[in-house]
Amino acid sequence: MKWFDYLPCDENIGATINNLKSLPADQMWPELNIIAKTRLDFTNTIKLDRAISLADKSNVKTIRLAILASATVAHLIPGIRVAGARHGLYLEVFCHDYGMALQNLTDPTSPLHAFQPDVVLISWTTEQLLGTRISDLDLHVPDALVNGALAELQLVRDLARSAFNCPIIQQTLLPIAPLLMGNNEHHLPGSPLTIVDTINNALKISSLQENFDLLNLNLPVMDYGIASWFDPGLWYKGKQEISPLATPFYGELVLRLIKAQYGLSYKCLVLDLDNTLWGGVIGDDGLDGIKLGQGSPVGEAHLAFQRYILNLSRRGVILAVCSKNDEKNALEPFEQHNEMVLKREHIAHFIANWNDKASNLRFIAQELNIGIDSLVFVDDNPFERNQVRSELPQVAVPELPVDPAYYASCLSSGGYFEAIAITNDDLARTQQYQANAIRISEQKAIGNIDDYLSSLAMVLEWSAFDDQSLTRVTQLINKTNQFNLTTQRLSMDEVEFFAGNPETVTLQMRLLDKYGDNGIISIIIANASPDSTLTIHTWLMSCRVLGRGVENASLGLLIAAAKQRGISRLVGEYLPTEKNGMVAEHYKKLGFSEIEPNNPPAGTTWELDISNFLEPSHHITLKQIPQS
Amino acid sequence: MNDNEILDKVSTIIRDITGDDDAVLTHESSAEDVQNWDSMNHISIIVAIEQSFGIKFRMAELEDAKNIGAMIDLIKSQL
Repeated sequence: MKWFDYLPCDENIGATINNLKSLPADQMWPELNIIAKTRLDFTNTIKLDRAISLADKSNVKTIRLAILASATVAHLIPGIRVAGARHGLYLEVFCHDYGMALQNLTDPTSPLHAFQPDVVLISWTTEQLLGTRISDLDLHVPDALVNGALAELQLVRDLARSAFNCPIIQQTLLPIAPLLMGNNEHHLPGSPLTIVDTINNALKISSLQENFDLLNLNLPVMDYGIASWFDPGLWYKGKQEISPLATPFYGELVLRLIKAQYGLSYKCLVLDLDNTLWGGVIGDDGLDGIKLGQGSPVGEAHLAFQRYILNLSRRGVILAVCSKNDEKNALEPFEQHNEMVLKREHIAHFIANWNDKASNLRFIAQELNIGIDSLVFVDDNPFERNQVRSELPQVAVPELPVDPAYYASCLSSGGYFEAIAITNDDLARTQQYQANAIRISEQKAIGNIDDYLSSLAMVLEWSAFDDQSLTRVTQLINKTNQFNLTTQRLSMDEVEFFAGNPETVTLQMRLLDKYGDNGIISIIIANASPDSTLTIHTWLMSCRVLGRGVENASLGLLIAAAKQRGISRLVGEYLPTEKNGMVAEHYKKLGFSEIEPNNPPAGTTWELDISNFLEPSHHITLKQIPQS
Repeated sequence: MNDNEILDKVSTIIRDITGDDDAVLTHESSAEDVQNWDSMNHISIIVAIEQSFGIKFRMAELEDAKNIGAMIDLIKSQL
């Protein structure tokens, strides 16, 4: 992962920044704001920060940030100020002299008191909190050291709070220590890395009880690697625990928190449709042609992106749609496509027309009564992105990667919806989720399989094949190897022929349960013949839903279809392959009797007289859905 | 890359980091000849050179490099 890969690149960034200097001071800020929204390494961050010093900032909202630190942090300032410019804020940053944090806090005549911060950032180094004290440490009982470190940080927070009564950001400790044990490092409470963990966890808990916000560096360390954050050589040279290379992103993380503290985080996610929420173009490809859901990697990627968006919406992010489409076409997937996770009711404002997107975004902000600067616009099309960037620079426009598999991680790495507290509404939702989680764990404790299956609240949605499902049905027919009685591969045309043939019964089945939608998981094709027999040509099922009783439920559907045609006898065949041994006894288990094989020597053939047959039980509710 | 090309690239980095746009640098130049080349910017300059050339200095050799010429020699040894 690269720093700021959600921001667009300016190939001539050096020259762009140099040109800034020729502008009059009162015209610099809007340009700075735009440049800060491109990908900047730390050298260009330093250059841009110098331009910030020159710019007239009298009309810019100013926030005064004091950094209380145990080591050298002056090198963090350019990254913080440039991140400020990116978010339309001027950050005035105060750093005290080396080692003078407590003196500054306790002396009312200190430079810190004169500065009167709006926000305090506490950045303590792992090296200083632990490094020099570790040699005296009992590796098994580190409590004195841990409690001492936590008390030291607590003291700094308490002093800052009582002096300035302002929001406080507490940076976690960087996990920089080498391992003593390895995977099971946590068995050694006094290993430096375990101590860092213990302290960071304690800080998380304190932040829930005490009023401060955590700058949790563990998260970006997971993304970018500890080596990108900490370079031991630079520690020895200059007591910089945060590597200069990481400082632009560090600044961005600080600004996200400050914006959240001031209620300035982005609020609304505006979504393009074609090739953003699904693969393909609904107006050209139609409901059956767009890629969404199980069966195609692209379709699954878009589905996962929709799930991420739905979770953002559950957390309180407003969703809107802005699409160049006829409205009728744009709405069709929301209303009729079975794989759509996002529904029309999740979208607070839905615009599909042929106007330019910047105008539509203005309208969306107006309708929702929020600022244009609280919109994040997600579109796969670089043309639309750039049009919005140039017309409405205050809208955040992530540089979506080409591959939809990475849409969600791109949006996430932008950190647009940073939040520090959970609102009452969110809390109510969280409680519902928690109740759900308890229910699930209770079910896991249930020993009886019947009780478990009935607790799943399974619904089998079934219908004959329809146009919309032909692609998925054909795929399943051609790729299912294990639970597949005859392994008959069919082309799309052949599947379509069966779908349209009055003598053929086709069944596609989708399984839903309380955990979600498993997609289309089973397919049956059976042909009626004049001798009152329904012969099963294809019966397959996805192994994901094995052991749920879907076969029993499917047999019920097949019997109902047969009876509807006045047929009293089912015939099925098992044709062994290298992979389908699991269904050798399939018909036997369902109560069929073996007869003379149609395909000796390998195959077996089975029949079932359904006139007086007692259908096998199951825990699935059957629901016929209308064909599209 | 010859000595002069390396010198050009290093000079740009030093000017970018220190903001001393007028600094004219030669092999003989050292930190005293450039405004704002303090200990913090020194580290930034080292890191920027490493990033820009795709190299990594050893701490010991850097301590001995007293002017830009010596630094260029170190860069060349890793290219």
